[in-house]
Amino acid sequence: MRVTLHVWRQRDARSTGAFATYEADDISPDMSFLEMLDVVNERLITRGEDPIAFDHDCREGICGTCGMVINGSPHGPRRLTTACQLHLRSFADGDEIWIEPWRATAFPVVKDLVVDRSPLDRIIAAGGFITAAIGSSPDANAIPVRKENADLAFDAATCIGCGACVAACPNASASLFTAAKLTHLALLPQGQPERLERALRMVTQMDAEGFGPCTNHGECHAACPKGIPLEFIGRMNADFLRAGLTRGRREAQAGDAAGG
Amino acid sequence: MNLDARIPAGPIERKWERHRFEMKLVNPANKRKYGVIMVGSGLAGAGGAAALAELGYRVKCFCYQDSPRRAHSIAAQGGINAAKNYRNDGDSVWRLFYDTVKGGDFRAREANVYRLAEISVNIIDQCVALGVPFAREYGGLLDNRSFGGAQVSRTFYARGQTGQQLLLGAYQALERQIGLGTVEMFPRHEMLDLIVVDGRARGIVVRDLAGGGVEAHLADAVCLATGGYGNVFYLSTNAKGCNATAIWRAYKRGAAFANPCYTQIHPTCIPVTGEHQSKLTLMSESLRNDGRVWVPKNPGERRKAEDIPDAERDYYLERMYPSFGNLAPRDIASRAAKRVCDEGRGVGPGGRGVYLDFADAIRRLGEDAVREKYGNLFEMYERITDENPYRVPMRIYPAVHYTMGGLWVDYNLMSTIPGLFVLGEANFSDHGANRLGASALMQGLADGYFIIPYTMGNYLASLPPGPPGADHAEVRGAVAAVEDRLRRLLAVKGTRSPASVHRELGLLMWEYCGMARNRAGLTKVLEAIPALREEFGRTLTVTGAGGELNQQLEHAGRVADFLELGELMARDALEREESCGGHFREEYQTADGEARRDDDRFCHAAVWEYTGEARAPARHIEPLVFESVHLATRSYK
Repeated sequence: MRVTLHVWRQRDARSTGAFATYEADDISPDMSFLEMLDVVNERLITRGEDPIAFDHDCREGICGTCGMVINGSPHGPRRLTTACQLHLRSFADGDEIWIEPWRATAFPVVKDLVVDRSPLDRIIAAGGFITAAIGSSPDANAIPVRKENADLAFDAATCIGCGACVAACPNASASLFTAAKLTHLALLPQGQPERLERALRMVTQMDAEGFGPCTNHGECHAACPKGIPLEFIGRMNADFLRAGLTRGRREAQAGDAAGG
Repeated sequence: MNLDARIPAGPIERKWERHRFEMKLVNPANKRKYGVIMVGSGLAGAGGAAALAELGYRVKCFCYQDSPRRAHSIAAQGGINAAKNYRNDGDSVWRLFYDTVKGGDFRAREANVYRLAEISVNIIDQCVALGVPFAREYGGLLDNRSFGGAQVSRTFYARGQTGQQLLLGAYQALERQIGLGTVEMFPRHEMLDLIVVDGRARGIVVRDLAGGGVEAHLADAVCLATGGYGNVFYLSTNAKGCNATAIWRAYKRGAAFANPCYTQIHPTCIPVTGEHQSKLTLMSESLRNDGRVWVPKNPGERRKAEDIPDAERDYYLERMYPSFGNLAPRDIASRAAKRVCDEGRGVGPGGRGVYLDFADAIRRLGEDAVREKYGNLFEMYERITDENPYRVPMRIYPAVHYTMGGLWVDYNLMSTIPGLFVLGEANFSDHGANRLGASALMQGLADGYFIIPYTMGNYLASLPPGPPGADHAEVRGAVAAVEDRLRRLLAVKGTRSPASVHRELGLLMWEYCGMARNRAGLTKVLEAIPALREEFGRTLTVTGAGGELNQQLEHAGRVADFLELGELMARDALEREESCGGHFREEYQTADGEARRDDDRFCHAAVWEYTGEARAPARHIEPLVFESVHLATRSYK
């Protein structure tokens, strides 16, 4: 089959970018979308042209490295599918395909389709963890966890951190990403002691990174390759609110404890 | 070459405990004076970096990915073993130890394996404390399953995404330290050389992949947790970026490389579909718990799977290995698949595939129960192949998955270069000639969470803190060597892309140094690789420049190293005149086609020393002494 590609080319964060058009003929419907780009790149290299830079690694849909907006949708047209797991059979012979990087103030372009997603790491560093020093843990079966909670925590933990939710959101909000981690940890007994402080810190960091607010469009959920549910944002907001309301009391208690 | 493994004295059950007591400690107030470099952020790297930072050392952690959360540990599907015996089915530390030694075909170091089994129970505790959402039963306790050749249920899992959940646990522990300022993280940085000063590892040279700059980082010790070298085959289940450059550069600086020929070919991967194929996708081995593997009895069979009656199917694993059947270990299942395909009985395009059939399981358990267990794997299969495995059998074929060989380390995980430690898949120590399923995650976390925090202290305690200055001759020399290598790759300006050479190398390795090897083939590949390397040096083309994000330059450097490593693998395979685990030499097999080990001549680790550019490497040995288990012929019949 044959497709026409319009690909965003941008030298670096400071340069302005533009679409360039490439004809991809002799393409197999069994190719993954990234394998099609590999083939296009090999042909560019043979002609001595700079190949299209794009992030990718596991090509199994789990590492979260790949990500590009394909015909206006993050990761392309197929539901619950990352760009690396998308195949050309999802397109028709002769299709025109527009390929762009994630577009968000918080994700500056590094080159072509490669963006800087380190703000997501900093949101985790702000509080997306359970403080349990190595070696300090009780027996794994000492604290039973309701299966429903464990399963729901797992659903939240399947987030691959690709950033599609940000790219899909009209406000470029990272709420679904942040909420997924907060939900995962808040559903487990091990996550309770830090729960409210965690919500406060992660949400504060999210805002500081320049992500927009959530206004309930739901585009993030539609674009998420792991189908993270929108309701997790409600859980995040509830914990954030509770954290704000009880902040004074918690700080006073912490002060008492320190003073005592 | 000094290959003293420094195995502690005493009975095997007491060695680690005794060693922990005998090792020196660093005073808590002095720990922050020591800097440690960690290269890699998978289970071993992220776990080790977090654990060392928690102790108080200043850690710098490097990864080539854009975030430490993306290291390839994330792709492990099946599970992680631990001798918890929560099932009351006869498991114990001793049994996990024995299974691992036997599974490795008695080519692993006994004392290391025992320690691994011992630590396995702490790993599960730690992961649960960090919030890893393992599968649970309705009573709220952890679930287990049996996995890959084990006759007890000791595998803990998180649906088909265990590696992801374990890695995110370690990543979050690492991010916590980054937030506290105890770990400085360098994503999109690739190690391109090791800095050795006065015989000790003192730093690394890295390239900032986003900006293109080359810089040196110095410390009191260096840890490599950079994974395996399966991508030497081009097609493997490894992530595209996985590479051997860090361990290969260390090898060329004096770290010995052990058993490079031990590679694991995983039996259940989705077959190759065409020349455009860029990687292979694993289907978790857990599928073999319920799927039945078969091929048609008649070579050249044309009918569709569902039209072939049972009497004309060969359930060859059940036939050949009645007691283990479809659960036969990886090396054995892979070779059996190759054999039936070589007989012309393979299925699918090109005839390189066998069926993995769930029809019986669906009849017995119902489609919903099968979906509950394997739903995500079935979806993944359908997405890639466009075939519905609930209706037609899956097609699978073996693919390169893991490398048991790696840099030689002693009991402390230290290489032959003092101050250079090697963790996880990058070292050689625990899996012998074949790794059992669900043991890679166990080893990565054991090394990172529970071994390096102790042995690092023991090393540093004998060393005054403070790395050499950036203007030290060795440091400047290493930086200049890296810059020179990059310049040369850019300067060839030929016609062949790095990927095209890589693909050619991969085909050579797969054909002659893959599932079955023989003298003629290995001799041939030992001539072909230098020729290809020479061609690479003449015809390579790398577009763009060095001072910018340049993925072609990254790939070219990795291919250059694979072109050297591939040769060492073939050399090692040629010298090892026996069949063991993943290393199958056709000349050394029994009458019924099983591997024939030669314990008299080869009960040792082959340890290779780099001796210079134009010279053959030197082969040394570390004899393997088995005091606690008896060498036995591995039989799964």
